[in-house]
This record gives sequence, structure tokens and C-alpha cells, in this order.
Amino acid sequence: MIVAKRKPFDEIMQLVKGHKKVLVVGCGTCVAVCLAGGEKEVAVLTTELDMGRKLANNPVALGSITLERQCDREYLAQLDGMVKDYDALISMACGVGIQFLAERFPDTPVFPAVDTCGLAVNQDVGWYEERCRSCGRCVLGLTGGICPVTMCAKGLYNGPCGGTNKGSCEINADQPCAWNAIYERLKAQGRLDCILEVQPPQEWKDTTPRTLIQPGYTKPEKAKA
Amino acid sequence: MKSGSNLEKVLTAGHFAFTGELGPPRGAHAEEVRKKAVFLKGRVDSVNITDNQTAMVRMASWAASLILIQEGLEPNYQMVCRDRNRLAMQADILGACALGIRNMLCLSGDHCQFGDHPTAKGVFDIDSMQLIATVKKMRDEGKFLSGADLDGKPQIFIGAAANPFADPFEWRVHRLAKKISAGVDFIQTQCIYNMAKFREFIRQANDMGLTEKAYILAGVTPMKSLGMAKYMKAKVPGMDVPDEIISRLQGVARDKQAEEGIKIALEQIAEFKEMKGVAGVHLMAIEWEHRVPEIAERAGMLPRPQV
Repeated sequence: MIVAKRKPFDEIMQLVKGHKKVLVVGCGTCVAVCLAGGEKEVAVLTTELDMGRKLANNPVALGSITLERQCDREYLAQLDGMVKDYDALISMACGVGIQFLAERFPDTPVFPAVDTCGLAVNQDVGWYEERCRSCGRCVLGLTGGICPVTMCAKGLYNGPCGGTNKGSCEINADQPCAWNAIYERLKAQGRLDCILEVQPPQEWKDTTPRTLIQPGYTKPEKAKA
Repeated sequence: MKSGSNLEKVLTAGHFAFTGELGPPRGAHAEEVRKKAVFLKGRVDSVNITDNQTAMVRMASWAASLILIQEGLEPNYQMVCRDRNRLAMQADILGACALGIRNMLCLSGDHCQFGDHPTAKGVFDIDSMQLIATVKKMRDEGKFLSGADLDGKPQIFIGAAANPFADPFEWRVHRLAKKISAGVDFIQTQCIYNMAKFREFIRQANDMGLTEKAYILAGVTPMKSLGMAKYMKAKVPGMDVPDEIISRLQGVARDKQAEEGIKIALEQIAEFKEMKGVAGVHLMAIEWEHRVPEIAERAGMLPRPQV
């Protein structure tokens, strides 16, 4: 899932300090699961902002709502009648949701209350670890199901580098060396031949905004033309 | 000849090569490079010019390489993948060659987190293996990485590093093989302290025929003090400093530790000269350039061959 971390309170205060009527919009999907921007976190932030602004002698009228998802038009439509009552929106969705919200209400300033941190697994309650950078050219079949782009600090395709330290990455003893792990797993599977060949330079797919249209589908405007 | 560099000539003539290293200054004084170069001139076959080593900003390695050429020394231009993308790399390779640089060392580079700009974005558009292949393609096929023709092939003697001591040990010789198949002409290893492990690594490389395909230069860094040895053992990733090195330095008075460190290095060099598969020594006397003349002399490396 997509994980995010709530921004420091002072930063959020600074972002909306000039606005008197603010709607806090949560998202009930990924950021709710990772405890950053769901219904509960919306309630906490709204209360904090209310108190903070009162203490700063700059009271604010706050509303709050948590949508099922901010990355789907159907759910954003719920806000259509509400937004006109506010002079700013705070989104607690991931960067995708924040932008889709801003796109739907282009006349209203939208501010992020979270920093989106990646595509991660849930290791335990409140503990998430990134696993995918959505590079667009998956090599997991060659690397024993361990992503060198994400899990190697240098994103090497022909690792391990010389900084491997007793199985850890050179940046941090707590960070396993991805290429050491790739080696160990492929060895156990008898598949070391997968990494004997030099991998050629990556054809990066994530350097321009990407649009995905699945086979059998077209963009609506294209269909009309 | 692939490049006509002095290092290439020394190695192809069958001499035991001896290379040095020089870290560019953290400032714009060319004089700093010239001062260090004095100690290396005539004592080594080629001098590695580090590229923002340990991710600290320094004078560009190509620029310090040019100063070295002005001083009559031969540089081995180091290039890391951390700081530039494939366009910048190929442009720098062409520029370096145009201005007389003939050796290159292709490296991944230490992570930005180690240096003075820890939040910088590491580029790593291509990795060291792919950089080797890029230089080879430019030199031998006269083509850019894209496949387009280039006019004026860069004549570069292609080098890379190998760390026989980092995990997983049994994979290291295969990684060396990959670098050779990517196109390296010579290898300079990480600083060697664990001789038993290095002997095993070279034995594997010999068995696989790798030492016939590329020249392996053994990396030597004399310990300046017990503190340095302890630091390298504990803090430098991928460094293997056995306890016997620590205890040898512990066994002498504080003011004799540097001498003991040099003695250890000299013993290593003597063994490397006789070791099958080792074509030379790469002396990394870190901020100790002024001791290179003495070490070269005592190691029996002087005079350097004129080829």
C-alpha cells in the first residue's frame, strides 16, 4: 500500500495560517491503514488546529470529512456541495489524492497534511517498510524477489558494491544489504546464474508523468474522436 | 595498445606496476595538488585522482588530473556513478581523453550519506559495471551508450575496483568476472589487511583464468597509527582488519606505530611481488603522500620502468 507520515503540526499551522474556514479531508484507504490520514487522524488534526489557532488568537472555522478514497472521482464528488463553504482544504491523503482533490476544486487552495513515503509493506502495527519504487521495469524475477532499485541504497543492478558490511548496507548496520540478500536467496534456490550476466543500463520509465491505459481500454476523449 | 598510457605500457611489458593515489583539495588551490604530486613524481606509474571521495565535495577529479599532467605525472581519473548521469559521464570521458587523460577507474561511489551533503540525491543512473561497459563501447566500437556513432574514440585504459573482503566472499570472484566481461583492463583492490583471505581470492581468480584477462593490482594502505587501524576495523564498511594487525601495532611504542605500519605494508608488497596473478600494487597512502618516496624505495620499487 501507499504509506504516508503526518507533517509536523507547526508546518501545517504555517500552511493554513491565512485561512479562516478550513475543511480537513481524510482518506479511508491506504493512509487510513497506515495510521496517517484516516478518520481518526482527521479528528486529531482538527482538534489540534482548533486549539492551536485559538491559542494563537487566530481562530478558524473547521470542518472535517473522510472520504473512502481521494484518488477516485466518485468519492470526491461527495465534496461538490461542501467546498464552497470553505476558503481552503487540507488533504490527509497521499500525494495522488491531494492532487486529485486540488484538480477537482481548482479555485480553492489545497494543502497537504502528510508526506507520502512510498509503497510499503505492513511489518507490524505502525511499522511499514518500503519495497517498491514503481520504476516501471520489474526485475524481481532475476533478483530472487528482492528489489535492487528500492532495497539497495545505490539502486545497483549489478551489486553488491564493496560497502557490504557483515551482511548490512554501508549506510546503516540495521539496513540489510539487498544484494547480499539476493545472493543468499538465489543460492538457496540454485539460481545464481540469474545474476552472472551483466545487467545493461536501465531504461528508466519514471522520468516523465506516466499514463497507464490497460489493453482494451481507451481514454474517453479518444473514444469520442 | 588500447590507450598508450604509461600504466598500460608498464603492465603489458610485464613489469610489476606501482600506482599511487592523490585526493584533490577542498578548495580551488591548484598548488595543493602540485605539492602532493612532488612526492609521487617518478615513484609511481600512475596516480589515482579520487572523485569526491567519501562523498565529500572536492576539486573535480578531471581538473586535478589535468594539473597532474601539467606536472609531468600520469593520472588515473576516477569517476563515480553517484554524481552524474550517463550523459555527463560520456561527456566527461570525451573531454578527459581530449585533454590527455588515458586511464580511468570506474566506481559506484560511497553513498551520499557519508559525506558533507548527506541529503543530496545520489544519481546512480548507471552502475560501475555499466560504466565499464560504456567506456569500452565508446573506445572499441566508437559508439555512445545509445548506439549512436561518436567521432574520435576515447583511448582509455579501463580500470575498476574489487573488494575481496565484503560479503558475500564467495561471490566476489564472480563479481570480478562480471567486471572483466564488462570490459575492464585492470583492477585495483580495496586495501588488503587480511592476507589469508586475499590469497584465497587470488587463487579463485587464477583458477577461473581471470588474472589472464585483466591486471590485478593489490591495494595497500599503510597504517599510520593504532587509532587508524582500530577506526578502519570498526568504522569503514567492507574493510577487513584482522586482530593480528591491531596487536602488532599495539606491541610497539606509540611513536613507532607508523614505522610498524610501513613494515607491515612492505611485507605485504614483498609477498604480492611473488604472488601469481598479482600484476602490481596500488599504494593508497591517505594524506601521507610525503611518505611515498620512502615506501617506494624500501619496497624496491625504484626506479620505475621507463617504457
